[in-house]
Amino acid sequence: MMVSTTRPPETGSLPVKRRRGSAGKFQGGSPAVYAVAFVVLVATLGPVVYGALGGFRSNFQLADAPAALPNPWIFSNYVGVLTDDAFWRFTLNSVVIAVVTTAIVVVFGVMAAYPLARYTFKGREWLFMVFVAGLLFPATVAVIPLFILITQNLGLGNTWWGIALPQAAFALPITVVILRPFLMALPKELEEASQLDGTSRVGFFWRILLPLSGPGMVTVGVLAFVGSWNAYLLPLLLLRGDMRTLPLGVADFSSEHSSDTAGVFAFTTLAMIPALVFFLAMQKRIVNGLQGAVKG
Amino acid sequence: MADDSTVSTTAAPPATSSGPAAGATRTGRPAAGQSAGGRTAHSNLRKRLEIAFFVTPALALLFLFVAWPVVTAVQMSMFRWNGIGPLVDFVGLQNYVRVLSNDVFIGSLVNNLIIIASSIAIQLPLGLAIALLLNRKMWGQGLMRTVIFMPYVLAEVVAGVIWFQLLQPQYGVIDTVLQSVGIDPPPQGWLGDMDLALWTVVVILTWKYIGLAVILFLAGLQGVPDELYEAAQLDGASWWQVQRKITIPLLGPTIRTWAFLSMIGSLQLFDMVWILTRGGPANATSTMAIFLVNEGTNRANFGIAGAASVILFVIALTMAVLYQRLVMRRDTKGGS
Repeated sequence: MMVSTTRPPETGSLPVKRRRGSAGKFQGGSPAVYAVAFVVLVATLGPVVYGALGGFRSNFQLADAPAALPNPWIFSNYVGVLTDDAFWRFTLNSVVIAVVTTAIVVVFGVMAAYPLARYTFKGREWLFMVFVAGLLFPATVAVIPLFILITQNLGLGNTWWGIALPQAAFALPITVVILRPFLMALPKELEEASQLDGTSRVGFFWRILLPLSGPGMVTVGVLAFVGSWNAYLLPLLLLRGDMRTLPLGVADFSSEHSSDTAGVFAFTTLAMIPALVFFLAMQKRIVNGLQGAVKG
Repeated sequence: MADDSTVSTTAAPPATSSGPAAGATRTGRPAAGQSAGGRTAHSNLRKRLEIAFFVTPALALLFLFVAWPVVTAVQMSMFRWNGIGPLVDFVGLQNYVRVLSNDVFIGSLVNNLIIIASSIAIQLPLGLAIALLLNRKMWGQGLMRTVIFMPYVLAEVVAGVIWFQLLQPQYGVIDTVLQSVGIDPPPQGWLGDMDLALWTVVVILTWKYIGLAVILFLAGLQGVPDELYEAAQLDGASWWQVQRKITIPLLGPTIRTWAFLSMIGSLQLFDMVWILTRGGPANATSTMAIFLVNEGTNRANFGIAGAASVILFVIALTMAVLYQRLVMRRDTKGGS
C-alpha cells in the first residue's frame, strides 16, 4: 500500500515555520492576499460559528431573521442540553469507547511494532506485510459481517467492547505502519548497552524503548482517539438507547427535533466542543501524524 | 520535510522489505554469534516466544475483526440469507448478477465516481491556492492554518447536522440570504433537488476535507529549498511563474499521495450522505456504502449486501493497484 513510513519525530516534527532569509517580494501579504485569506477564514468558520451562536437564539429569532446575532441572548437551549441526562450518557459512552479503543491500539500496536522493528527473524517482512495489507480493508467493506459477528457470534452487540475492539482492530495497521520506522530509528547503541548490562530484550522493551517512544505513541493514540470519537457507521449498526455515542446522539436529536433548530444547534455545538478542545491541544500531533502517514 | 533523506518505504510491497531502514537492525545481533548448540537453540526458542508474545494480541484482533468478516462477506455473498439461521440457500454468483444489474447500485457507483472526480478537480486547485497563500509570511498565518484544518477534525455527523440546518429550504440561513440578494433557491431545497443534491454534498465535502489537502500540501512546500526561490527571483521570475514552474512540480509526490487518499475516502463515503439525505432524493445521492447498509440492515438482504461489499472492495483494490502502477510508480521508484 501506499502509506509510506513516518520519520520519527526528531525530524518529523520540525517546526512548521520556514526559515527563509530574504525572499523579498514572495513574502508578506498584500491587501489582496489578506482579503482572500479573510474569505477563506469566514467560509471555514462560518457554519460552525453560526451554529454556536444559533444555540443562543430562540427558534423565533432564527426564523424571523436567520442571519442576525442573538437578540436577546437566550441560554435555555444550552442549559437544556447540559441538564439532559441523555447528553451526558452519550458523552460517557463516547469517552469510554474512545479511551478503550486508544488504549488497545497503542498497547497492541507498540507491542507488534517492536519485534517488527528490532528483531531479526525469518518472515519478518512477511509479517509486516500482513499489517500493511490490513490498510486495504476499510471498516465500511466489512461492516455487515462485522455486525453479524459482534451481535450473533460474540454477543457484544450494544456494548462498549463491541465497538472498541473492532475499531482498534481497524486502527492497528496504520498504527504499526507509523510506529515501526519510529522504533527502528532509536539508536542501536541503546540496545547494545542494555544488553551489556544483562537486560533481556523484553526488559529493554519495557524499561527503555517504551519511555523513549512516547511521542510516537501519542501520535498514533491521538489519531485513534479522534477516529473513535467521530465514528458513526459501526455505532449506528450496533448501539441502541442508552448505549449510544455522541455522534449517534447528535444525529438522532437532529432528526427527532428537526423543527427545533436552536436546540439542534446547541446540542451539536456542545457535542463538538470536546473534539475541538482535543484538536487544539493535540493539533501538532494530529498534523504530524497525518503528514507522516503520507510522507514527510 | 526539510531533508530528503526520508525513509519513504512506499507501497510496492517488495520495495518495503528491503528499504534502507530494514537493514538497520540486521547487523550486530549478538544472538547469531552466540556460543554452542544447546544455548543457541534455547535462545532461538526464547526469541520466538518473545516475538509471539508481542505480535499475537495485534494479530488476533486483526484476524478476528478484519480478516474474518471479510472472508464472511465473500461467503455470505453466495447465499440467499436474511440473517437468521444457517447459510443453506446457495445461489452461487447470482447475488453479484443482481447487484450489478441493480439500477440503484449502478447509480451509487456512478455517484461515488462523480464524487471522486469532482473532489479532486475542486480540492486540488483550491487546496493548492490556499496552501500557496498560507505559505507566504503573513500576519495570522498560524491561526489560518488551525482554522482551515478544523473542519477535518469534526465528525462528519456534526458537520452534516450543521449544514443540514443551514440548508433548510426557505427558512434556513443560506436560502434566506440568497433570497435577500435576489437569487431564487431551489424550491425543494438544495438537498431535495434531484439535480442539485449531489453537487451540494460535494460542496459540503469540499468544506470538510479541503483542510487535509492544505495541510499536506503545506508539508510538501516545506521541502522546497529556499535557494530555488531566490535563484528564480534573481532571474526575474514572477511569483506566479515560480509557483507554476518550480513549486507545483516539486509538490508532485505529495499531490499524488493526497489524491490517492482522497479517492479511497470518497469510495467509502457514508456518514455525511446518511445525515444529509439518506441517499435521497430518489437515490440521487446514494453511494455504494449507503446501498450495502440499506440492503444489510433495513432489508436484511445479507447476500446482496455481501456481494456489494465484495464488489466495493474489488473496485477499491483495483483502483489502488492501478493508481500505484500508473500514477505513483515514479514516486515509489525513488525518482521523484
